Order: sequence, then C-alpha cells, then structure tokens
Amino acid sequence: MNTGTAPAPAPATDPAGEGPTIAVRHLLARIGRYTFLCAVLGFFALPLLWLATAPFDDTPTITASLPQFTLDNFRALLDNPYALSSLLNSVYLAAGTAALVVTFAALAAYALSRVRVPGRDALLYGLLLLSSIVTGTATMVPLFELAFRLNLIDSRLGVILILSGGLLPAAIFILKDFMDSTPTSYEESARVFGASALQIMRHIVVPVVRPGLATVGVWAVANVWGNFLVPFLLLRGPEKAPAAVIMYTLYTEGGQADLRLLSTFSLLYSLPVALMFVFVSSRYGFRFHGGIKR
Amino acid sequence: MAQVTSPPDQVVEGRRPATGASPGPDAAGLGRARATGFLVPSMVLILLFLVVPAAWTIYLGITNYRLTGLAAANPEIVGLDNYTRALGDERFGSSLVLTLQFVLGSAVIGQAGLGFAIAFALRDRRGPLRRVVEAFVMLAWILPSSVVAFLWIALLDRDAGTLNTLLGIPGTAWLLDHPMLSIIIFNTWRGTAFSMMLYAAALENVPRSHLETARLAGASTWQQLRDVVFPRIRGHVLTNLLLISLWTFNDFAPFLITAGGPEQRSEILPVYVYKVALSGGELGFGAAISFIMLLINLVIALVYLRMLGRRKEKA
Amino acid sequence: MSAIAMRELTKVYPNGVRALDALDLEIADGEFFALLGPSGCGKTTLLRTIAGLEVASAGSVRIGERTVTNLPPGKRDVAMVFQDYALYPHMTVQDNIAYPLRIRKMDRRGRAAKAADTADELGLSALLERRPGQLSGGQQQRVALARAMACHPQVFLLDEPLSNLDARLRLEARTFLKRLQRELGVTTVFVTHDQAEALALADRIAVMEGGRIRQVGTPTEVFRRPANTFVAGFIGSTPMNLVDAEVHDGELAVAGTRLPMPQDADDRVTDGEKLVYGVRPEYLDYSPEPVPGALSGQVVVVENLGSFSLVSLDVPTGDGVMDGVGDAVGVAGTTLQVVVPEGREPEPGDTGWVVPRPGRSLLYRDGELVSTAPAPAVPTARTGVDAER
Repeated sequence: MNTGTAPAPAPATDPAGEGPTIAVRHLLARIGRYTFLCAVLGFFALPLLWLATAPFDDTPTITASLPQFTLDNFRALLDNPYALSSLLNSVYLAAGTAALVVTFAALAAYALSRVRVPGRDALLYGLLLLSSIVTGTATMVPLFELAFRLNLIDSRLGVILILSGGLLPAAIFILKDFMDSTPTSYEESARVFGASALQIMRHIVVPVVRPGLATVGVWAVANVWGNFLVPFLLLRGPEKAPAAVIMYTLYTEGGQADLRLLSTFSLLYSLPVALMFVFVSSRYGFRFHGGIKR
Repeated sequence: MAQVTSPPDQVVEGRRPATGASPGPDAAGLGRARATGFLVPSMVLILLFLVVPAAWTIYLGITNYRLTGLAAANPEIVGLDNYTRALGDERFGSSLVLTLQFVLGSAVIGQAGLGFAIAFALRDRRGPLRRVVEAFVMLAWILPSSVVAFLWIALLDRDAGTLNTLLGIPGTAWLLDHPMLSIIIFNTWRGTAFSMMLYAAALENVPRSHLETARLAGASTWQQLRDVVFPRIRGHVLTNLLLISLWTFNDFAPFLITAGGPEQRSEILPVYVYKVALSGGELGFGAAISFIMLLINLVIALVYLRMLGRRKEKA
Repeated sequence: MSAIAMRELTKVYPNGVRALDALDLEIADGEFFALLGPSGCGKTTLLRTIAGLEVASAGSVRIGERTVTNLPPGKRDVAMVFQDYALYPHMTVQDNIAYPLRIRKMDRRGRAAKAADTADELGLSALLERRPGQLSGGQQQRVALARAMACHPQVFLLDEPLSNLDARLRLEARTFLKRLQRELGVTTVFVTHDQAEALALADRIAVMEGGRIRQVGTPTEVFRRPANTFVAGFIGSTPMNLVDAEVHDGELAVAGTRLPMPQDADDRVTDGEKLVYGVRPEYLDYSPEPVPGALSGQVVVVENLGSFSLVSLDVPTGDGVMDGVGDAVGVAGTTLQVVVPEGREPEPGDTGWVVPRPGRSLLYRDGELVSTAPAPAVPTARTGVDAER
C-alpha cells in the first residue's frame, strides 16, 4: 500500500486458545478498518488540496496552504479571452459525444444482448481490446490523415466522431451488461400485449436501463472533458479549442506558469465533471455491473 | 464517401449467414433486419475511426515515413526493417521493462489491490464515511488529466511541494530520484476508482450465508477471502485485471508529469512512441513500435481470457 | 373466450432439441387447463408457442375461429402472466395495469379508470400508486393478473403462477386463482411442475414428457387411472407402488401372494404373462394382523404427515412365484408404501399386512395401462389433493 498503512486484520488466534476475547478482536478489527480508511482518504484527498486552496489565495504558490482569501484570481480569468469560451467548447464536444455514444451504444448493446449472434463475445472483446490500444498516441498520424481526407479538420463534428469511435466499444460493453441483466420477460410480456419493438424500447428498455445510460453518459463526458490529444490535433486556432487544450497552453506558454490563472482555471475546468458526477450518482447511483457475464 | 460506406456493409454481409444459421431467442421481437440496423451506426464509427487507423498503423510500420524531409512526401516500403531495428534497440527493451513494471505496480498491485481493499473495507457500510471515501476516490478518476497532472507536479515539487512540506523534508526530488515510483503511485491514485467500484459490485454478489458458514467453521478474515470470496469473484477479478492492465499499458498521462525523464528512467512505451514518432519525426518506426505494443496487448488479453475460459469450464 | 386447438405442433430448437413433438391437444372454451410435467418436458415451450413467443416449426395453433400459428404475439388476443410477473419496475401499479391499454391507444383518462376498476376487483385499490418493488409477492401476482385482465383477452396463459410464492401464500393464491377463473370464465392455460397444484386447480390436465403428451384427463382420471407408469409415478404426492406381477389362473402373483385380477384387465392378459401391478399408497389398507389376500412385510419407515402417516414396508418377493425371473426388479424384495390414518400407525420393525382396495389397482404392460375401459364414475374418495404437503 502506498500510504504505508496496511489494513490491520484482527490477530487470528486459535478459537480454542486463550487469545483475545471476541470483543477485543472485534475492536481491533474496527480500529484497523478505520485506520485504513482514514489513510485511504488522506492519500486521495492530499493532491486535491491545492485545487481547493490556491484559486482563492491572493498569492498562490504550489504549496497547498490556508489562503489569504480573495476572488481576484477569478477576475483575472475573466480577462483571458479564451478561458470561458473554451469551457463552452468543451461542453459542446462533451455533450455531442455523449449523446452520440449513449444513443448508438444503447442500440447496439440492445441488439447484441437480445439477438444471439455467433462470435458476438469475441467481436466485443476484440473491439474493446482495440479501443484501449488505438485511442492513444499510436494512431495520431493515421487519425489526422483520415480526418484530412474526410474533410473533418477544424470541425467539431470531426472531433466528436473520432472520440465516439474510440469510446463506443467500451460503452457497448458496459451497456450490454445492463441489458443482459434485464429480464427478457419484461419485453415478452409487452409483446404479448401487442407492443412493437420500438414501443418496447421506449416504454420499457430505456427506462429500466436508465442507470446504465447515465453511467455511460457520465463516463463519456468525463473522457471527452479530459481528452487533450484529439482536439489538439484536429482543431485550429483557440476559438474552437476546448478547456483541455487551453489548460495545456496555460502551463506551457511563456515560461513561468501564471499560478493564479492556472489554479482558477483548473478549478473551473474540474467543477463541471465533479458536479455532474455528484448529480448522477445521487440520482441514479453510479455503478458498474463490471461487464461480466456469468 | 463510397470508400466510407463500403467497409461497414461488408461487415453486415459477413454477419448475415451466421445469424441465419441459428436464429437465437429474440425476446423483443426485433428481427434480424432491425437488429442489424441497430448495430450499423456503432459499427460504422468503430470501423472508420478505430479499425481503419489501426490498419493504417500496420501499413505505416513497414514504411520509412517521416514527419518531415524527403520521406514525408514519398514514403518507401522498407519491409520489416523497423521491426528488426526496434527489437534490437536497447531503448525499446528497457522501455518495455519499465512498462511492465508500471502495469504490475500501478494496475495489478496498486489499482486492483487498493481498489479491492477499499471495497472490502466498505462492503457492509452505509452512511457518510463510505460516501466521502468513495467521492474522493472517484474524484481522482474523473478529473481531467491535465489538471490532475499539474496537481501531482505541485504535490511532489522539490522545493515547495505539499508532500515535502508535510513530511518536513524539503529538497527531496521525488520526480528526479524516484520517477518510476512517482508515476506508479500517481497512476494508482488516478485509477483505483474503477477497480473499487467493480469489486464493490462483485462483493455484493457473494452470498452472506457463504461467509457465515466460513466464519462458523472458524476461518480468519484472510481464510474467508481466500476460500469464499475469491473463488466467487474470480471472473470479476480477471475482467478487472484485463481492462486495467490494457489501459495502464497504453496510458500516456505519465508523460505530463515526468515526460519520460530523467534520462529515460520513466520512459514507458507510449511515451517512447510519442518521442520517436512526433518529437523524432520517425512516423514509420513509431508505427512499428505501436504495432508491437498491440501484439503484446493481445498476448496479455489472451492470457486473461484463457484464465476466464478455464473458470467457465470448471463452473 | 375461445377454445384452443393444436394440431401436429412441433418445435425444434436450433440446437436440435425437439421441445414439442407432433403434439395434438384441444382445450375447451372456458376451461382451466394445466400443462404438467417435469422440467424440460416442453410444457413451457407449449405455453410460449400458444402465446406466439416461440414460432412453431410445424403444425398449427387455433384460438377460437382463427388460426394464429404465424401471428405475432400481440395479435393473438391472449394475455400472459410470467413466472416472475414481469412487472415494470419504473411504473406504478396503476401504470402497469394500464400498460396493455396504452398499447391499444386508449386515452389516458379511460385507461386510468379501467385500471382502477380492475385493481378494485382484485383488492388492489390501496396500492395503485406503489411501485412493484414495494409490493409483497402475493400483491405482485395480483397486479400481474390485473394487468392480464385489463385488456379482456380470449385466453389467459399463466407460467408457473404460484411458484414464486412461499408455501402458505401459495395455498391462499391457489384458492383465489381458482375462484377468479370461475368468475371470469376465460379459457386459461397454466404451466406447472407441481402435480398437487395441477390437481387442485385444473379442470383438465395434460401430463407431458419429452415433448409429448402422456395423458390428458380430469384430475380424477389422471390420479385414479394413470395411463402409463410415467404418469403413475408423477401424479400424487406419493408415487404409485409398482410391483412385478405374473398372471396365474386368472389371478395375479405379486410378491408371493395371490391377488385378484383388476376388473377390466382380466380378458386382456394371457396366463403366465409378466406385468407390473400398480396401486396407490392411498388405496392400500394396512392391518397389524394377518388378513387373507394381503401382502405382508416389515415396517421400515413411518413418516408422520399430520392426519395420516406414510408407512414403508419391505416386502420379500416370494420364491415360488418369482422363480426364474432372475433379472426382475423385485428379486431381493420390494418396498411398498401405504397410507395409514392417524392413531393406527405401526412401529418400525413391526410386521404388517396390506390389502389393495377393490377396483383401485391397475396393471401395466410395457409401461402402458392394460385397459381401454373408461374411467369409473367418481365417488368421493381421497384424492391427491388432501394428501399433498
């Protein structure tokens, strides 16, 4: 364990012997568990501290410390011509991609879940494998040339399509699991009542798998929101650039990074995904079935 | 656009006889035509923006294509030269070793181990502690990587980093002295959420009665884990390891923190490819390494899938 | 309301399994009909083929005046209640009941009223705004029934209607279901693997095995006169005693004892023929003293079942009669089970005598009943219904 604190299980004493009584063992186990959870909390919270303090500090350093409270940094951000518009660009890209991925993946996952196609699992695993490899730096060059030939350079649609192609296999994989765990008797009973396939989809399947759709939607938005490479490659000029690209220019341009700008922008840039996660997880319960067939 | 539409059609054509041979149960009454229609949009996008670039990479791997210069305009087929060069390259070898360390340390041990430990510690707990712990673990996962990378640079900074301030050891250059350890811990921090959620879901599937039977027989926590929990969630474990191993193997985020340095001591394969192909401009050579990575990924995946298959046979 | 007729109905799955094998069956208008059999016998496939959820490989299905073999499920005017009830978790009870009407494009107000009426009939009025997850198993079942009733189908199809309820609730639901079917008078077909359920509910039962129907009849017929040893073993809370027998001078030699020939079989057997003698534990009378014409044996197990006990006797197979039948099942001895009323139970180790009641024993040749006589009239006798758990 990275924090150096391992979960401390209660000492395993032989039940017949004169070890600690059960009450003591329980207490030790509880203490061990709490210590472990606190260590986990510390480990995960520590790097985030700076994000919570620096934006409000009038002279931010890279050390997280109690801020001299100020909101001036945000005013500085408003003066930056591209900061706010880049967030809007990120919203366009994320919303477009998420809508496309959720719709297409839901249709495909439903078909794969309900109509048995031989080699279906192999196909899914194959695509999943490919998507986890190909989306990285390896295919930057072909992607750029492809976009060029399809006339998708400097087009938001191009970015959305390319990102969707990369996200779809995993999205189908996750959603198919949700669909598989929905009893087929739901659809069969609706069919006996005379519902058409599209009515079944609208009235029953979509509402029942809504947590899955929400999960995939959030996951897609989070992915696009953080993706730097594709928009950086395909979009010219800062007018269309999303926040990920602007963020990068903030800490690479002009030698010494402007910590006031950087910290406030980091916060503003992080907030939407964090809020979205809180909203969706409280509303639908952000959860995975794990893509596991039994 | 003809070029665009023809490949998906071929896929559809290819599926048709297979579907016709065994019309499986069709609970929703979709019918083959509509089911195919449902698949087409996804398959077109996947084919165009995933399969085509992958195939292109394979093609580039046998050329001397460069970003600039003469070979940029007229790339020549050089056969397997790129591959023999890569396999003989010491830098490639050490990069591969570093990548395997990275996968083993941050994915298998770090993310899966810590993720399981957290899920297990929280398993029958409701209430604020669980929500807070989960929220922070999730936050690390969903924040944009450029933000997260800067947060870690700030945390580990030599002179004014929060970690050194807290530990009271200013001047410890974590990123210079322990670059691999730094990115391993960073990636553990970044990716544990996925494993935690997956194992939390898996642990809910372990029947209480099984654990209680083991406890009645006097099994310790460790024995319960080994004899009751793990056999039950083996499929989850393998799927989880498969996914996070692949994701970690191809993860580019460490570049944002160490840029592969110092002296290539944290130069994992994705960073190596980036440096060769884009900084060095040797696109053909980079594509060849990408393809070798793809093959290694395939081997990893097949090993996991075989283990998964063996589990099914037993069941 | 309509009759259902199936002709040569065959269903072969893609993997080659023949779930229905050229099956003929007629179900009368208004009948409460049970499809009974062990798992994998094809009973659920048959129900789903009537519903249209499975497409028949060959043969035809008629409902009322229409041939529906190739109609989609929604056009057959049937309603089906699934084993898991298939209530939509995201809809309230009212919306669930009204769902078929929504599909039939009834306006919102009309279907709300209709759903409320139907719910009222089944005592669900107080639950209209709940979600299925907040209901007990019995309530869920009633909602599923209400949903099926709301669209006034010609036929109800019920898949294992009682299997998801716990034992006590099951009896209650059984009575409720039978009364409801009587009141509605709609042709109803249900699938069950529980013979007691079939005997208790159905007007007629089809006992199925391996995609074929082994016997169709009223509960009394299949209980009293199982057409073959399969049905004999499947029907009844305790299986029928089946013992090797041999014909001798118009009498039967069974385990060393001479028993009278069952009435309608005597002119269909030949002297010396080897047959299987069947009698239900309920139709054997136990005696602690020797009685003429009785099979005797040692009591090995006494199972108390409340108002009666099930006594198992080890009966040695007599040497004289069974000579030369080295491969017969009962060479070393056979076990007979007998129902003994309360207060007269023997102790294990006792020697006991059992006498078959006249007119209640059967003969089987190659597993099939040796008789073409119709089932006797039905005097009130103990049936499997009170003998069930």
